[in-house]
Amino acid sequence: MRRRACYALLVLPFAGTLIPAFYNHAGPPLFGIPFFYWYQLAWIPATAGLLGIVVALTRGDRV
Amino acid sequence: MSSAAVVLGTIVAGVTVLGFLAARWGGANLGDLEQWALGGRSFGTIVSWFLLGGDLYTAYTFIAVPALVYGVGALGFFAVPYATIAYPVALVVLSRFWVLARERGYVTAADFVRDHYAHRPLEIAVALTGAVAAMPYIALQLVGMRAVFGRFSTLGAAHSLPALTVAFVLLAAYTYVSGLRAPALIAFVKDTLIYVAVIAAIVVIPARLGGWAHVFAVSSAALAARPRPSSIYLAPQQYFTYATMAFGSALSLFIYPHSITSVLAARSLQVVRRNAALLPVYSLLLGLLALLGYCGIAAGISAKDTNSVVPLLFARYFPDWFTGVADAAIVVGALVPAAIMSIGASNLFASNVFREFSPQRSPVETRVAKALTLAICAFALLFVFFVPVPYAIDFQLLGGALMLQIFPSFVLGLWTRRLDPNALLAGWACGIATSGAMAYAAGFTSNFPLHVFGVTLTGFIALYALAVNLIVAIGLTLARRVAR
Repeated sequence: MRRRACYALLVLPFAGTLIPAFYNHAGPPLFGIPFFYWYQLAWIPATAGLLGIVVALTRGDRV
Repeated sequence: MSSAAVVLGTIVAGVTVLGFLAARWGGANLGDLEQWALGGRSFGTIVSWFLLGGDLYTAYTFIAVPALVYGVGALGFFAVPYATIAYPVALVVLSRFWVLARERGYVTAADFVRDHYAHRPLEIAVALTGAVAAMPYIALQLVGMRAVFGRFSTLGAAHSLPALTVAFVLLAAYTYVSGLRAPALIAFVKDTLIYVAVIAAIVVIPARLGGWAHVFAVSSAALAARPRPSSIYLAPQQYFTYATMAFGSALSLFIYPHSITSVLAARSLQVVRRNAALLPVYSLLLGLLALLGYCGIAAGISAKDTNSVVPLLFARYFPDWFTGVADAAIVVGALVPAAIMSIGASNLFASNVFREFSPQRSPVETRVAKALTLAICAFALLFVFFVPVPYAIDFQLLGGALMLQIFPSFVLGLWTRRLDPNALLAGWACGIATSGAMAYAAGFTSNFPLHVFGVTLTGFIALYALAVNLIVAIGLTLARRVAR
């Protein structure tokens, strides 16, 4: 049961990407790309990492 | 004949041969529905990664998203959060569904609905929703192919009918013969071409345009100067639209019949779960392609049809033969999902509409499913020629609004038996009606301005309709319980 608690990690990508007011601005840019764009792109590998953690920790569990 | 046309023609011919050869893969009896439609449920992590990547990242990714960014700026970037949060949803929902499907022999989501509720009308409603929602999605693939073929036709996109028809007839033929093994094998070619083309584009094009900072500066000025001005940032009243489009699309992605088909072809639960963590690599491609929309603006590409922005960009910055490779990536990239969509939709008709689901499947069912793929391909071809939609993406978004209406019966049903099937059917009907009415009122675009408490909330129709659906389904379930 405690291992299943790690599914709560999956709330982070929703919180991080679904409130545009927090990231809808230009700075700081990365390689000339405004924050709005690279911040959202950065959530893709971050989400993959979180999913990897959850998948590894809950191996064999049924949801 | 240009070398681009030769390269494109050769690659398309090559994948056609592969499509037919796929029938021999594994030496299976293709008269069996599980073999024809699900590849014998035998695919491991790597085959599934290519297949799902080839299936989920479609002309939507290569054509429609860059076109939307080119056309409306920041709002078009909603596809990136969408393609991110779809995977947490997938992990939770599909882990549950895959196990049940394996135990009980499901081929479609409607098989589950039939088995779970023993309610024939609800099974048919769920099956028809999937089959109908697949049509505009297949049509979107055709729009993508048309954008490529149109570049070769001196008369423009509208006159690429012969090439499009030939490509689609070939697609229908090898799908009929080989089933899911055809797109699974072709997906290896498709994904390789896509990675090569996108990485080349993202290295070469921004550098030739003077760097990203310049690309964004030019795009910002150009968007502001348009007849209908937009921006590289969201306006505050677009926040809600942006979030609802991303969230609604993410909820609907993995209940589409083509997603279900590819997921059920996986060999084990571990294959599905690993892929939930590995597939986001493709979402990075989607994000980079979205940025190519701005490269299109900065390069001064003036496209009468916004869908041709990406093909035109390749044609401008790459040698002719490599443009052919990129064109092939887009065309093959549209053929793979179109094949899986037609398989998924015909499974729904064969297993759930014409004949109710039972774990003992008959050879007749396979024959019906195979014949239906041909009909569905033909129908999608007609759809794209007779239904004009300004942005191809609205095809997919409106299909998504319909698709999401099976969420209560299918996804919630995976966890609860408390919802009454009649109430779910009523909720579904209200959801579909709401989608239709809002889409009509919004001129067949995907967002509806809802006026509540003196505020206007412009949001994705799919989520508004789902809200109505849930209120009706849960309300009627409670009402029936009180009455009893």
